[in-house]
Amino acid sequence: MAKLSTLAKTIRSKNAGVDLITFDVIFTDKQTYERVKRAQVITRESVCALYRIPAARIADFVEFDPGNAIKFTIYRLRPSGSPGDPDIFGAQQYAPLLDIEVP
Amino acid sequence: MESLRIICPNGHLGFAPTREESFRIGVAARPDCIAADSGSDDVGPIPLGSDTSTSPLAWQTHDLELMLLASRELRVPMIIGSSGDTGSNSRVDMYVRIIRELATKHRLAPFKLGYFYSEVDRELVRSRMRQGEKVAGLEGHADLVESELDATSRIVAMAGVHPFMRLLEQGADVVIGGRSSDSCVFAAPAIHHGFPESQAYYLGKVLECASFCAEPYGGKETVLGKVTHDAVEVTAMHPAQRCTVASVAGHAMYERSNPYYEHVAGGTLDMAECVYEQIADKTTRITGARFRAAEEFRVKLEGAGKVGERYVGMVGIRDPYTIGNVDAVIAWARDKVRERFGDSGYELHYTVYGRDGIMGALEPNRDRPAHELCILVQGVAPTADMAEELTMIGTRQMFYARLPEVKGSAGSVAFALDEVLRASPAYRWTLNHTLRCGDPLELFPTHIVTVDA
Repeated sequence: MAKLSTLAKTIRSKNAGVDLITFDVIFTDKQTYERVKRAQVITRESVCALYRIPAARIADFVEFDPGNAIKFTIYRLRPSGSPGDPDIFGAQQYAPLLDIEVP
Repeated sequence: MESLRIICPNGHLGFAPTREESFRIGVAARPDCIAADSGSDDVGPIPLGSDTSTSPLAWQTHDLELMLLASRELRVPMIIGSSGDTGSNSRVDMYVRIIRELATKHRLAPFKLGYFYSEVDRELVRSRMRQGEKVAGLEGHADLVESELDATSRIVAMAGVHPFMRLLEQGADVVIGGRSSDSCVFAAPAIHHGFPESQAYYLGKVLECASFCAEPYGGKETVLGKVTHDAVEVTAMHPAQRCTVASVAGHAMYERSNPYYEHVAGGTLDMAECVYEQIADKTTRITGARFRAAEEFRVKLEGAGKVGERYVGMVGIRDPYTIGNVDAVIAWARDKVRERFGDSGYELHYTVYGRDGIMGALEPNRDRPAHELCILVQGVAPTADMAEELTMIGTRQMFYARLPEVKGSAGSVAFALDEVLRASPAYRWTLNHTLRCGDPLELFPTHIVTVDA
């Protein structure tokens, strides 16, 4: 087992427009990317469980082979920057991904 | 023309200053055009709603000066999109003024300055709606209703390539754009010079964030894109950066929900069949991009509306029992606000740092709070006086919260500041919609003048 943070080159989150936050998990090499993909530890279901959101909150989920990357996007409950939004850029929402265990 | 080369010095001009070393290297490569986008909806709804910039004037001027001097020296066009963070009319006027002042300062030879506006009158949108036109919601937004329109302070439309091309056709040497899709700032000169839309829009896609398509990571460095009739090549200008297959493919994902598609006014760039090749140490070539024209010409509208005046307060908690019962402390303070102001007509937000301040309900660890908490209190109300009092009650009453088992009975929270502070008024995004347009230039009036210093 290895933590995702030791396998991925980049793990990030960021606004994709005002209603969405998109998450990118990018690997340096194809082998590691394929290993994580095969392990099925980042899926629509696992993301919903980790962030405790219903499946309808997932706007998109893509295994992006040209970029050796797994990418998913969630709907915000209110648009970015609404009063009380603590992360206007959506830039700090990825942290729970760091500790995902990969067989 | 076999190829066209464009440099992009900055992915959001003004937001942080352009780095000059790589820009000079880019200019020395003698590009055919210098272009950058200067806006983003990432900065939240306040700048658009209040018609301000979040970027400092000094940084905006610095970058415009670098680009203008290089553009006049090389005698190639300079193109700016989404002026002043929001692309509202006042931001376009401000950039036009800066360009004029710089021309005078440097005694530049006469040149043609083209500019266009992107603001949309609320009443125009209302009249379309009343004619039965659907203003369609994007990304989970409901279709627009008049009450939401009424709540909107300012609207900008997202231009495609069309107003840029119109101004280039008229011989503009400098183009200052209102709100526009980032990629179109670069696609427009490429299409203007006869390159296929597929390559032109991909060129724009890869250049829009400057060095974000290069590695190692480093923002605000210049990159050079070259478009031909069947490919795009992108090269990092900074001596320590490279555009690699991984960095360029990785950039396709950035800030978008799907890495394969980019929607602009007039169509969609499809990157699903893109092939990336490293053709030189610092250069990656991309082939296979395809642009599909839309069946219906729809323009995206962004709108922001004022929620109210805002004050903020801040408290700390160290007692572990109080930390465990922080929701009861907040409920106590909310009750006191309710006693004074009732249930509605204001907003009161508590952000609990150390528990779930950053992620809210998405936080998996919210049942394992830290040994100390900081709570940010935000009160929003129609008037500043009410916002101040509301925030003061919502903050100070946390001090008096009565918890049944608490040992410390002198005060439930710690104050670093026993006051509340005025913050920017609160705004929210009201429009993330599209409107059908008969003419691509309908919402984007263009102007061209000669600047003769």
